[in-house]
Amino acid sequence: MNKTVNQRAWWFVLPVVLLVAFNAVIPLMTVVNYSVQESFGSNMFFWSGVRWFEEVLRSERFHASLLRQLAFTAAILAIEVPLGLAIALAMPRRGPWVSVCLVLMALPLLIPWNVVGAMWNIMALPTIGLLSETLHALGFDYNYTREPGAAWFTVILMDVWHWTSLVVLLCYAGLVSIPDAYYQAAKIDGARPWAVFRYIQLPKLRYVLTIAILLRFMDSFMIYTEVVVLTGGGPGTATTFLSIDLVKTALGQFDLGPAAAMSLVYFLIILLMSWLFYTLMMRNQSR
Amino acid sequence: MSLELKRITKRVGAETTIHETSLVLEERSFNTLLGPTLAGKTTLMQLMAGLDRPTSGEIWFRGENVTGVPVQKRNVAMVYQQFINYPNFTVYENIASPLRVARMAAAEIDRRVMHAAELLRLTPMLKRRPAELSGGQQQRTAIARALVKDADLVLLDEPLANLDYKLREELRDELPRFFADRNCIVVYATTEPGEALLFGGNTATLHAGGITQFGETAALYRRPADLVTARVFSDPPINTAQVVKRGGEIRLGDFRLPVGQAAAGLPDGSYVIGIRPHHVTPSPVTANAAPIDGTVVIAELSGSESAVHFDIDGQTWVSQSPGIHPFEVGSVARLYVDMDHAMFFDLDHRRVEGAE
Repeated sequence: MNKTVNQRAWWFVLPVVLLVAFNAVIPLMTVVNYSVQESFGSNMFFWSGVRWFEEVLRSERFHASLLRQLAFTAAILAIEVPLGLAIALAMPRRGPWVSVCLVLMALPLLIPWNVVGAMWNIMALPTIGLLSETLHALGFDYNYTREPGAAWFTVILMDVWHWTSLVVLLCYAGLVSIPDAYYQAAKIDGARPWAVFRYIQLPKLRYVLTIAILLRFMDSFMIYTEVVVLTGGGPGTATTFLSIDLVKTALGQFDLGPAAAMSLVYFLIILLMSWLFYTLMMRNQSR
Repeated sequence: MSLELKRITKRVGAETTIHETSLVLEERSFNTLLGPTLAGKTTLMQLMAGLDRPTSGEIWFRGENVTGVPVQKRNVAMVYQQFINYPNFTVYENIASPLRVARMAAAEIDRRVMHAAELLRLTPMLKRRPAELSGGQQQRTAIARALVKDADLVLLDEPLANLDYKLREELRDELPRFFADRNCIVVYATTEPGEALLFGGNTATLHAGGITQFGETAALYRRPADLVTARVFSDPPINTAQVVKRGGEIRLGDFRLPVGQAAAGLPDGSYVIGIRPHHVTPSPVTANAAPIDGTVVIAELSGSESAVHFDIDGQTWVSQSPGIHPFEVGSVARLYVDMDHAMFFDLDHRRVEGAE
């Protein structure tokens, strides 16, 4: 076989190289560049080494936002994954109601994030909001602009409303793909519904659940728009999560160096945790 | 002592999936449901198992009316085309699962599982999980699960269809042996006539939601009562043509064929003949093998057989013969029809006469 030497093939690679360069490599390297320099005014940069990283990692403010972030992510995972699974299990598998359910479930996912924030903002307004009025009528003293607890409650409720559907749709797709024969076989064995869930549905859903948890983990770790629109990170700093803190540092105070160092740390945390999640869950799978 | 379907039907919405069907399966028999996809094999099995209720009619088992008795209350085992095992149980736990649900003593469970594993050559794999097994081993595990139960009725729904060729042949040879010494009725669904012939026993041919004929397998193959049954029980498809018998000859389009032993006693008139592909050969086999000419459409050579599809009188016929006979596509080929083995049907497709 003769191989023809043809360098033109490189042209085929070019679009991908350009895309990756402008999309990932160049922005990332710009951030890396900022993170090791000190900037004055518009165009004066001085080498500062790992100083910003040390500062960020020692800063109490960063620790506080990281802790808030972890608590928020843990809370929404603990609510959305079981809730999403339960809704998916309760949805009909065939018949005219399937499409109705699917459309209803997909709706929250189609709404732009800032609109979600605005919607819940209006819902939770102390004087006219439906949510606040309902809670007041039930005897709760609810004001999310004043009480950190109420703010957290509203932010979590909003995220659950917005994102549980994703878990539902993923789980539902997983459930539908289990062949009927499994259920029949379980029926022939005389297995009870709990056993069907525990020994057929749950093991068969492991891959989808892994994906659902991973997606919800990453997205919740990066949450910004909805919370900014709803609470602006307040009251005080009660709902200032990592990305909100980052934007405040970078744009509000224009501290490019610390903001860059912070975003790199932030990026590495997400990468590390996603990798950990994935390896742990996949290891269980093959065991 | 038997399983009896009494005039059962099944309708789903406006669609009738099983037309009125009656069937008696004897104790300790091996029965094959033979029919193309969507003929109603799986539906019929689900009705037999009690996974589904017939719309009308009754199902009797060992002298008892079991219509509507749910599957859990009947001692039934089923093996599917897909390899159905509990994903996170080991092979041992999988085989033991129906016995554990039935709360059997651990020692007895162990004895039965080890015995079934031995029979299905799964002993070295008992500690593995289904994902770590080959397709053949997964299906063996499913069959072992059906075996340990000592079920009264064992339903095998195309269990070999998803296996590759070699494993399928292997398991096909072993399968009847697993059930040989058991007090149960075995029902095996397949789309392949060859499997039915291999297993022997009884065969019911299914077509469009109804049983066309039921009987001893070899007899059914030799003497189908109608053209539909002959079609279902022939692979490659049986060759058919409308012919006219007049005096000592059969007219098929422009061809004049001898009457042969099969149709010797038939009165003159119009008939439909059916000739199995292996009775159409490149060289004459008997004295009553008559030449016909057709344009070759497809020529297939497999290791030891030749199959030729050719056009004759506006229809495509298939010839199947041992050995390698090269044919050129588009050329006119001369083939010999063994009229002694022709089946004759009247114009309503009912068998009127024919040799074996």
